[in-house]
Amino acid sequence: MNLTSNIQSYSINFHDDATIINANQLNIYYSGKLTVENFNLQVPKNKITALIGPSGCGKSSVIRSFNRMNDIIPGFSLEGKIIYKGKNIYSSREDPVRIRRQIGMVFQKPNPFPKSIYENVAFGARVNKYQGNLDELVESSLIQAALWDEVKDKLKESAYALSGGQQQRLCIARAIAVSPDILLMDEPASALDPVATLKIEELMWELKDKYTIVVVTHNMQQASRVSDYTAFMSLDREKIEDRIGVLVEFDETTKLFTNPKLKETEDYITGRFG
Amino acid sequence: MEAEKIISIDTKHYKENISRRNLAEKIFNVILLISVLFGLLMLTVLIIDIAVGGIAWVRPELFENYHSRKPENAGMKSAIAGSIIVILLTGLFSFPVGVGAAIYLEEYAPKNRLTDFINLNINNLAGVPSIVYGMLGLVVFGRMFGLFSKDSWFVNLFNIPIESGATGGWKFFLFDIPWLEIHLPFGRSMVAGALTMSLLILPIVIIASREAIRAVPPSIREGGYALGTTKWHVIGTLVLPIAFPGILTGMILSLSRAIGETAPLIIMGAFTYVPFLPKTVWDQFTVIPIQIYNWITLPQPEYRVHLAAAGILVLLVILFLMNGIAIYLRKKFEIKW
Repeated sequence: MNLTSNIQSYSINFHDDATIINANQLNIYYSGKLTVENFNLQVPKNKITALIGPSGCGKSSVIRSFNRMNDIIPGFSLEGKIIYKGKNIYSSREDPVRIRRQIGMVFQKPNPFPKSIYENVAFGARVNKYQGNLDELVESSLIQAALWDEVKDKLKESAYALSGGQQQRLCIARAIAVSPDILLMDEPASALDPVATLKIEELMWELKDKYTIVVVTHNMQQASRVSDYTAFMSLDREKIEDRIGVLVEFDETTKLFTNPKLKETEDYITGRFG
Repeated sequence: MEAEKIISIDTKHYKENISRRNLAEKIFNVILLISVLFGLLMLTVLIIDIAVGGIAWVRPELFENYHSRKPENAGMKSAIAGSIIVILLTGLFSFPVGVGAAIYLEEYAPKNRLTDFINLNINNLAGVPSIVYGMLGLVVFGRMFGLFSKDSWFVNLFNIPIESGATGGWKFFLFDIPWLEIHLPFGRSMVAGALTMSLLILPIVIIASREAIRAVPPSIREGGYALGTTKWHVIGTLVLPIAFPGILTGMILSLSRAIGETAPLIIMGAFTYVPFLPKTVWDQFTVIPIQIYNWITLPQPEYRVHLAAAGILVLLVILFLMNGIAIYLRKKFEIKW
């Protein structure tokens, strides 16, 4: 247990080889207002790490920092380091365009492009000048996203002809078509019905052999079902009016849900708060 | 909440008065319908009035002949050709500049006082009377501040070979390519007219394009960035194709406005009597509204009533055609969500 700036927090540590992203003392600001304070997290490789916590605690801000998606939001600034493959992705030498190719993202609302199913999957590969056989890449990505059987006869049709759950799996296929190391998922199932949600969760299990997955979720059951590790974020209780997000507890999912170290975590997972 | 503040409500306290509210609804509907009919009625009256006076005069001579001193021979061949070429040139000039400005303002411009000021003034420019643009175009494009007139300091300084005569100035081939002929200043040419028209419609083109670009959902942009895409690529392959139908509609509607403009071209010195077809874009020209205006000012009723009405009919048909093309293109490129 460590005490930093009066916030009680608990987190486990990994050997460096076992991790792929190390967030180091992150402070996230929007237009000068501190939103997430002193956030430290080691994301283990080829595992599913869930970020849970009440609304507005900065889960999305954190996950969107991992591939510099926040750069496009005016007024965003960040202190601290995010180490990926030994390099700080926020150093001025790193190009966010390359980082986003290596660290893909799936969003809350399915956002396929208004193009055909095929062109959606091929889009990133075309941009990044993929030299191999594009047809094979599209097929392989759709198979990995568990969508191939449903769409193989209508690849030329608009992506908007698909159902919401299929669209979300298409977005996953689109993300893995540029062969990233990490998939960031920002509440990937919150706009879907329970059956489609279950499919996405099964898919995440299958994908973790090849990719490291970080998933933000509102849904604690989902976090407990799907993730290996869970990080619980909350608002800093000392300065509750300022609404500053902090990491409270990070542990193996089974331990965090059955035997939380901190009372704040226990209150949240048992439904007494949040 | 304090318990004594909660009252139990008797439904008798409501005076629902449904029939009276329904009557108000009906009256309002009728008022709205009248406003629509008023516009439609005026358009119908206009078309009938013009058609009665002019339909018999829409005859082959109108398209085959130039203006003549005999009304039965008079046509507006050069005006029709002039209008079409000037509008094409206007589209050619204003599309890249207008769309470029819209992309910059929507996607690249930082949010600060300068861009606020620019935004405000683009809206103001859309309301500037067209005759003001005519004067601007005359000075900037038509005369180029007199830089290329004989014995100007500029001509003397660089020893530019100036031709004399009414259409004088400096003529040369750009990069020595024979078909890239340039005349400075632009004078009374179609290039000058089209550039002035471009200035006139640019604010509308920019505003319409910006609205089309803004309507592209941010989630599409995010999806593009998340795949390792540069900003320009996101704009070029995702934003613009989605915004294109809207941009095109705005473009054609502003060209329909330009084709009816008379004042700026009169100021620019477009001629009322042009008895030849333009061979190059540097030739003098006239346009349909100027031809109509010219005929209306003549004393004979054949010109004043019948030929003018026939000219208006031709102009209206071109306008409706352009709007029809706009609708067709919008449907064709529309993206189905």
